[in-house]
Amino acid sequence: MSSKSFNRLRTVFAHVLLIFLSFLCLFFFYILIINATHSHAELQRGFYALPGTSFLKNFNSVANNGEFPMMRGILNSLIVSGCSAAICIYFSALTAYGLYAYDFKLKKIAFTFIMMILVMPTQVTAMGFLRLITKMGMYDSLLPLIIPSIASPAVFYFMYSYLESSLPLSLVEAARIDGAKEFRTFNQIVLPIMKPAMAVQAIFTFVGSWNNYFVPALVIQSKDKMTVPILIALLRGADYMNRDMGKIYMMILLAIVPIILVYLLLSKYIIAGVTLGGVKG
Amino acid sequence: MQNKRKLVNYAKWGYIFILPFFASFFIFSLIPLVDTIRYSFYEYYRSGIKEIGPNFIGMANYASLIQSDMLKYAGNTLILWLIGFIPQIVIALTLASWFVDVRMRIRCQQFFKVVIYLPNLIMASAFAMLFFTLFSKTGPVNSILMSLGVISEVIDFMRTAFGVRTLAGSMNFLMWFGNTTIMLMAAIMGISPDIFEASEIDGCNSTQRFFRITLPLIRPILAYTLITSIIGGLQMFDVPQILTNGQGNPDRTSMTLIMFLNSHLRSKNYGMAGALSVYLFIVSGILCFIVYKITNDNDPDGSKAAAKAKKKRGG
Repeated sequence: MSSKSFNRLRTVFAHVLLIFLSFLCLFFFYILIINATHSHAELQRGFYALPGTSFLKNFNSVANNGEFPMMRGILNSLIVSGCSAAICIYFSALTAYGLYAYDFKLKKIAFTFIMMILVMPTQVTAMGFLRLITKMGMYDSLLPLIIPSIASPAVFYFMYSYLESSLPLSLVEAARIDGAKEFRTFNQIVLPIMKPAMAVQAIFTFVGSWNNYFVPALVIQSKDKMTVPILIALLRGADYMNRDMGKIYMMILLAIVPIILVYLLLSKYIIAGVTLGGVKG
Repeated sequence: MQNKRKLVNYAKWGYIFILPFFASFFIFSLIPLVDTIRYSFYEYYRSGIKEIGPNFIGMANYASLIQSDMLKYAGNTLILWLIGFIPQIVIALTLASWFVDVRMRIRCQQFFKVVIYLPNLIMASAFAMLFFTLFSKTGPVNSILMSLGVISEVIDFMRTAFGVRTLAGSMNFLMWFGNTTIMLMAAIMGISPDIFEASEIDGCNSTQRFFRITLPLIRPILAYTLITSIIGGLQMFDVPQILTNGQGNPDRTSMTLIMFLNSHLRSKNYGMAGALSVYLFIVSGILCFIVYKITNDNDPDGSKAAAKAKKKRGG
């Protein structure tokens, strides 16, 4: 076989595999969307390939359900994820700038320390964390889900790499000569330069926080403070067989859709951002 | 000299700027870590409404964990991770080398990248709930397979260890292969095109090129992917927890280490939870150190070290 037709065959095979994998990725979401538009009675009868007419009915029964306060959950999740993302990127940028632009005794130690804990799982400190926030009176509140994101080593590392590549120290010098105070230099000169990096990390932090289940499930007890993943877990734990299936699909859909919408709008930046935070080399 | 004195003047600001990070880390990670380690040496649990302890008992928690099912759960975690990781790395390497190969002329690259990365952003717990519903006895997967005539009676995926493990592993595969593909793609694109060109002139075919050039040159990133994936696997929780409702059914064959930790935390079994956390901390500490070595290595492919050794031998 000539190498040209061999290459051609390879290309065809590659496309078949890619289409198959894309099918796998999309198929389950397709069924989810279709099933969320069918009523319980219809779903009992079998599977449908096309959307039904019960979308609004299912949506209303989710919205008016006191047992699983989904709308309240989405609001809580939005508050937690939004605040986490905001303080995470601001303080990570601040820390990165502090370690990048200034020279001080503990600089090297501080940097090495952050790099050492870069991928440390939060689960190993979960027990002490729970006891601590109980003592601080923050048990069963949203605050302990937000404040700790000030210290995010991975986001810091991303910001630091970005500063290295795009902030000349002479710019900082120039600002100083013009009489800008240090905080003003950071807020008015450095932050605008870091906008692209902050945007990418804001998305990732938001998504990470939105999807986070382990710690919130341990911290939150009362229903009106639950975030979306806890409600999904609650749904799984409930007496499953007697439930309205249309409603279950609608709840899963509501948990997933906000992220998919954000992703479809910003996919270009997100995919470019995946690799930027990776290793150099 | 002038410059140096100036930098010293500003040192105070460096400390001020990094203070929030370290204060937050100190309060919300370091104090909890010390507390966790401390209570791992105590008998401290709740039985009914009565709190027992804390009484110092040395290493007893560690010993009883070893004798309990912890190692079995570690094995489960490893199996679940492997089911997801092996196809993930194979597919990701293949796709990445195809995407960057100009002769393959992959169409709609951006579309494929967007689609395969999508599952990575989906809420793992909702994804698990979705799979649980779709693969239940009365779910659509069974009804599709039935109507296509593939199976004659419904499969209860949740009843067998094989079924649950495969489902959890496949979900991990689906959620992570896109991410890995994009990481490896960036790594391959970082290789100098000169090397590929030279190999082509020397008559290298695509298989040789992949195994002799691409693979060795992206070794540092492969190692990074492997270790971070092990750390991710160690933390596996959301998917099996939701899929089995925290039970690790059937017969706790899909119970992971973090699910075990979670159940101790929920029953306020602080001593055991502490000891288990310390075990996890030691393992992830070692893995973190390896990642640190990889990210801060200025000689990633070992070529400098090899050259040095050669020089020493006088070659």
